[in-house]
Amino acid sequence: MTAKAIASLLAPLVALAALLAYLLGGGAAFLGEPPAPIEEISFERTVLRPEEICVIVRNTGPQEVSIGQILVNEAIWDFSIRPGTRLGRFEKGTITMAYPWEQGQPLAITLISSSGIRFEKEIEVARETPAAGAPAFFFYTLLGVYAGVVPVFLGLLWYPFLRGLGASGVHFVLSLTVGLLVFLGVETLAEAFEVAERVPGVYQGVALILLGVAGTLIALAAAGARERGGRDRAGASGDGGTWRLAFLISLGIGLHNLGEGLAIGASYVLGEVALGVFLLVGFTLHNTTEGLAILAPLLRARASLGRLALLGLVAGVPTVVGAWIGGFVYSDVASLLFLAVGAGAIFQVVYQVLRFQSREAGLVPALVRPAGSLGLATGFLVMYGTGLLVSL
Amino acid sequence: MRRDRTGAERLAAETRDAARVSRRGFLRAGALGLIGTGLAAAGRVLTRGGGRGGVPALVGAGSASISGTAAAAATAATAAASGDAEPASRRGALDPHGFLTSFDTGRVSTLPDGRTLREYEIVAVDREIEIARGVYYPAWTYNGTVPGPTLRATEGDLLRIHFRNEGAMPHTVHFHGFHPANMDGVLEVVGRGKEFLYEFTAEPFGLHLYHCHVMPLRMHIERGLYGTFIVDPKTPRPPMRELVMVMNGYDTDFDGENEFYTVNGVANCYAEKPIRLRVNEPVRVYLVNVLEHDLVNSLHIHANFFHLYRTGTSLTPGDFTDTVMLCQGERAIVEFAYRHPGKFMFHAHQSEFAELGWMGFFEVVEGEA
Repeated sequence: MTAKAIASLLAPLVALAALLAYLLGGGAAFLGEPPAPIEEISFERTVLRPEEICVIVRNTGPQEVSIGQILVNEAIWDFSIRPGTRLGRFEKGTITMAYPWEQGQPLAITLISSSGIRFEKEIEVARETPAAGAPAFFFYTLLGVYAGVVPVFLGLLWYPFLRGLGASGVHFVLSLTVGLLVFLGVETLAEAFEVAERVPGVYQGVALILLGVAGTLIALAAAGARERGGRDRAGASGDGGTWRLAFLISLGIGLHNLGEGLAIGASYVLGEVALGVFLLVGFTLHNTTEGLAILAPLLRARASLGRLALLGLVAGVPTVVGAWIGGFVYSDVASLLFLAVGAGAIFQVVYQVLRFQSREAGLVPALVRPAGSLGLATGFLVMYGTGLLVSL
Repeated sequence: MRRDRTGAERLAAETRDAARVSRRGFLRAGALGLIGTGLAAAGRVLTRGGGRGGVPALVGAGSASISGTAAAAATAATAAASGDAEPASRRGALDPHGFLTSFDTGRVSTLPDGRTLREYEIVAVDREIEIARGVYYPAWTYNGTVPGPTLRATEGDLLRIHFRNEGAMPHTVHFHGFHPANMDGVLEVVGRGKEFLYEFTAEPFGLHLYHCHVMPLRMHIERGLYGTFIVDPKTPRPPMRELVMVMNGYDTDFDGENEFYTVNGVANCYAEKPIRLRVNEPVRVYLVNVLEHDLVNSLHIHANFFHLYRTGTSLTPGDFTDTVMLCQGERAIVEFAYRHPGKFMFHAHQSEFAELGWMGFFEVVEGEA
């Protein structure tokens, strides 16, 4: 690069730096004095122990906030806060209160800032937070296994039956898979948007979703293209293609299940949900269909038990990991990213399955054939039906 | 509670300055989150504003403990010693203990016809006050405090109240009692920097109040423009230890619901530092309810009963009870004496008010207080 080119590259940056310095150094005085303080406090985590409430908050506003009083269920309550009542921008505060909260009852925690502004956190169902340790670890593992791992493997048990299907049967199953996956993708995305509303404005939740979805799509597409390029040169058989697709589906479902596990673990910790038997059963039913989706591309191939088990683990185990994360270190921002990545992965998989399906007949004919449209519709309906049991 | 004109002027200038940065009408950060950099400058300005109002200057950055409940009251002394407590001088403009027994009887002179003339000075000023530990409220005040000064006269006195408005909004002083229509403080709105002279005879005897009556009325009252107006009967009531208690609330985020309830303007002020009484000492409480947003308020005293004189317009008690309910603007005189020494709670029997700041203690001691 010539000196001239470097200079012309740097000139706008230097000018921009000068402008920023000017604005911050008093050049923005024309804005006048703002009429009021802008305060924002986000609740990051609530930990309930016997006779004690611990709340972790963060100042996500543009300026310092001072916590004046705290109300618990609309009564002024003593509290202590580390590092102090004044929280700088992005500073985290840990609030501890001795409070005789009641198991199973709602709990409302209200912070009142020095300028009298309220910040509220509602806990729908108070329950003791499992302390980090072996019992809690076991608890979340079990939760994840029941909600994610077991159902996926149950779905895989259809393999022998599905292999016996004729051409239209296979076609039906593939379309069904597309239906299931589209449903899962939309569901994941909707969940992500829901979390985005809770995420403090500075984190720009919707933009994070875009980053997660688009980033995953691009990364998976790039990885797929590379792998395909290598295979074509090596002249690999078509069997590798179906295995690859099955693996991609597992991965996509796994990423989705990570988000799902996260939601399950977190909602348990946050006391937002009474995680009853019914809900667990719902998840089990809902996720059994995921095993089916993994099998779809393998119907004409020969998959070993070991390979099938690997696919099952890739799809199911992330639920357990998600439950751990949700239970022990939940954060809305991380959750949002996981969900976005999960949605991106699933849409990429939908694209792959459609490509696979259209190899023989072309996409549109494949989907409008009776078996195709019936499969698609069944996929949606099955997910909707089992989804009724899962309303987190 | 008397202020001469120069004092009031000084106060007005001070508070005018302070009110320039209103700490209300806030915007949620969400809307402005993206222009964070531009707000760095804003932050500076606001910190300055907050500093004047007195964001708690904590001693040591390690940790802070804030107490404001009944349990805390029992150990108030300990809390005060912990280093986190605010110096009394910074707790708003009002000293709740001084306020209990402060009566402004006016500048007294005798008219040619022998009547007593009392003249009072009231200045409306905007001022940020601390209404609960660490929480500040942009009040509109009479003479710099919420509640305003307790004005006191004897039935038949001629009263002249010199009112000057140094607040940002137009205000008036509307007295309860007999007076001509043009002295009612409703239609004669006093603009910023303007004055008005209210003149009327103090009658009937009883416990009354005064407050601003400019529309929107609720806003002008809830922001702090009210005070107690006592008209003594010509034959005085038996001498007693006399206390003024004004029950109010603060809607600090302006959503139509009170965040805090207090007696005499500061949440839990008498829980943190109880009111000292003596055993068998006769006590008369002038109880006024100026609560907004909630329909009723009440006083309940523990381990005791009181004689009740509704509106204080009779010398014969109307009831003997331990709890009295008052509607917005209602008031009553209650008289009692404690038989036993010890710490006795008094509070609104609306438990939610009690737990949001309207609660205190009498500390009854043997012998001299």
